[in-house]
Amino acid sequence: MSGKKIAKEQPDQFEFSLDNKKIIEKLLLKYPEDRKKSAVMPLLYLAQRQNNNWIPLAALRLISNILNMPYIKVYEVATFYTMYNLSPVGKYFVQVCTTTPCMIKGSGKIVDMCKKHISSKQGELNKELNSSWTEVECLGACVNAPMMQINDQYYEDLNESIAEKIFLSFKNNQLPKFGSQIGRVSSEPTNNRKTLNRNA
Amino acid sequence: MLKDKDRIFKNLYGDDSFALSSALKRGDWNATDKILAKGKEWIISEIKNSELRGRGGAGFPTGVKWSFAPKNVQPNKPHYLIINADESEPGTCKDREILRNEPHKLLEGCLISSFAVGAKKCYIYIRGEYVREGEILQKAIDEAYENGLLGENAAKSGWSLDVYIHYGAGAYICGEETALLESLEGKRGLPRLKPPFPALIGLYGCPTIVNNVETVAVVPEILKRGAKWFSSFGRPKNRGTKIFCISGNVNNPCNVEETMSIPLKELVEEHAGGVVGGWENLQAVIPGGSSMPLLPKQICDKVLMDFDSLIEVESGLGTAGVVVINKDQDIVKCISRIARFYKHESCGQCTPCREGCGWMWRMLERINRGESNIEEIDMLMDVTKQIEGHTICAFGEGSAWPVQGLLRHFKAELIDKCENLGNRKIA
Repeated sequence: MSGKKIAKEQPDQFEFSLDNKKIIEKLLLKYPEDRKKSAVMPLLYLAQRQNNNWIPLAALRLISNILNMPYIKVYEVATFYTMYNLSPVGKYFVQVCTTTPCMIKGSGKIVDMCKKHISSKQGELNKELNSSWTEVECLGACVNAPMMQINDQYYEDLNESIAEKIFLSFKNNQLPKFGSQIGRVSSEPTNNRKTLNRNA
Repeated sequence: MLKDKDRIFKNLYGDDSFALSSALKRGDWNATDKILAKGKEWIISEIKNSELRGRGGAGFPTGVKWSFAPKNVQPNKPHYLIINADESEPGTCKDREILRNEPHKLLEGCLISSFAVGAKKCYIYIRGEYVREGEILQKAIDEAYENGLLGENAAKSGWSLDVYIHYGAGAYICGEETALLESLEGKRGLPRLKPPFPALIGLYGCPTIVNNVETVAVVPEILKRGAKWFSSFGRPKNRGTKIFCISGNVNNPCNVEETMSIPLKELVEEHAGGVVGGWENLQAVIPGGSSMPLLPKQICDKVLMDFDSLIEVESGLGTAGVVVINKDQDIVKCISRIARFYKHESCGQCTPCREGCGWMWRMLERINRGESNIEEIDMLMDVTKQIEGHTICAFGEGSAWPVQGLLRHFKAELIDKCENLGNRKIA
């Protein structure tokens, strides 16, 4: 795993919201009584969601207390997995897949658009668009390449101009509809579909 | 071409809803209790007879894997069934379609498989990025509970099963089954030494069977239509139907369920609208996800898409993620990008892999930039051989094989790039 940026400015305290505390109670029931450590990943996600999509170190300390595990073990997990952000990201957090199947289909151009509209450097916040971007490894939607993830949603079958339009929509605090941007339902062929046709 | 009536995943493309009411119409959860009533032995032997091999990449016979679970469950060692939905192999996006369009097939499979291996708890480990797919699956799980298909006396079978979703968080290595177990136990995803195998000592030290999404999702249909039906497709030891993901330089990239052993050319031309620029414009195909060595056009002309036929040409079926690369692409760059993927995803536990993956990537980039001497090509092969077979898990092979494939079939391109160095020096 690659190195992670940990925010220099950290809040002193972190507390789960009441709603999240209830969720935690339920989450813990998924795992055997003496194996609560298993909940460390879902708890990190909860903290991240509650805190504008990044996890402060205070949350790691809190989670280590809740699950009764050493702080360093929580830290290990938080730094091992790439989806935990340990420093602030934009409200619109763009992750562009650039692995070979997307690369072949032109993900480089999507990256160019990120550089043009969001920031010349990965991980840098664009205040006007309230957005930051990063390159990521295969997101598992290769048939709908090139694609990117914005927050929780996949935007598939992109090209330069579609990507540009999406990025500019951040200005109006809006996100276009997720999924295929050329009208595919999922991973069916765009035309000349030979299988599972209703009227065949 | 496989007939629609023989396709297991009738809602592969999401034409219908994933919801229970639609799934029931497609035949899911139909007579599940009768299957369980036939007993464990019958189920396992029927799956063995169907010659179903794991769909997650390694292709291990599923029935055999199930039979490794201890016959009797010790009270302090409950059995677990883990569904591996950590689909991250570049070129592969089949499990995603099952999760979002056919979740009930998976859940029905979970019940049958859990019963066969003696598990009363099943965790589905989904890759963290599949947020939406996870939400859909959770809805399907809730529906199944509400309708008595999961939980106590699931589907009136007398067997109880609880199913939980656990999200990964962006680590490719967690698709390796023991790394997945570590991750599920709340640790970093570092693969374990084997033996002991998970079937005896797995999650929380208990007997655990780990199966891929597609493997488990096809189980109900096999048992309903019979092992003979399933094994009537494909060649011996390579039976059944399989979802192929065809991406890259094709006119209509798509997922499609086809028979095993379908010729690669037919698969690409029939379903994906052919190679962009025509078959003659084909440069290479990665037949089974990024870990599998690529095949040059002359092999693609004839090769069949199954485990054994692809091993014969020194590649593999893997996850059946078919990445088509035409002549417009720089093949060295394509593989270099795959090398970068492995450099990024190495868990760092074993030195040959942690260091070697970076070396392979940097060497390929040097070659790309025309900064390498010709001797470095053989040195690169040497590096791949130092990684392969010297690591705890199969990631070592997965990272070395694509580079070896490039060296095997496209050495001329590499030499060409290295010779440019000489030209540049003179200039």
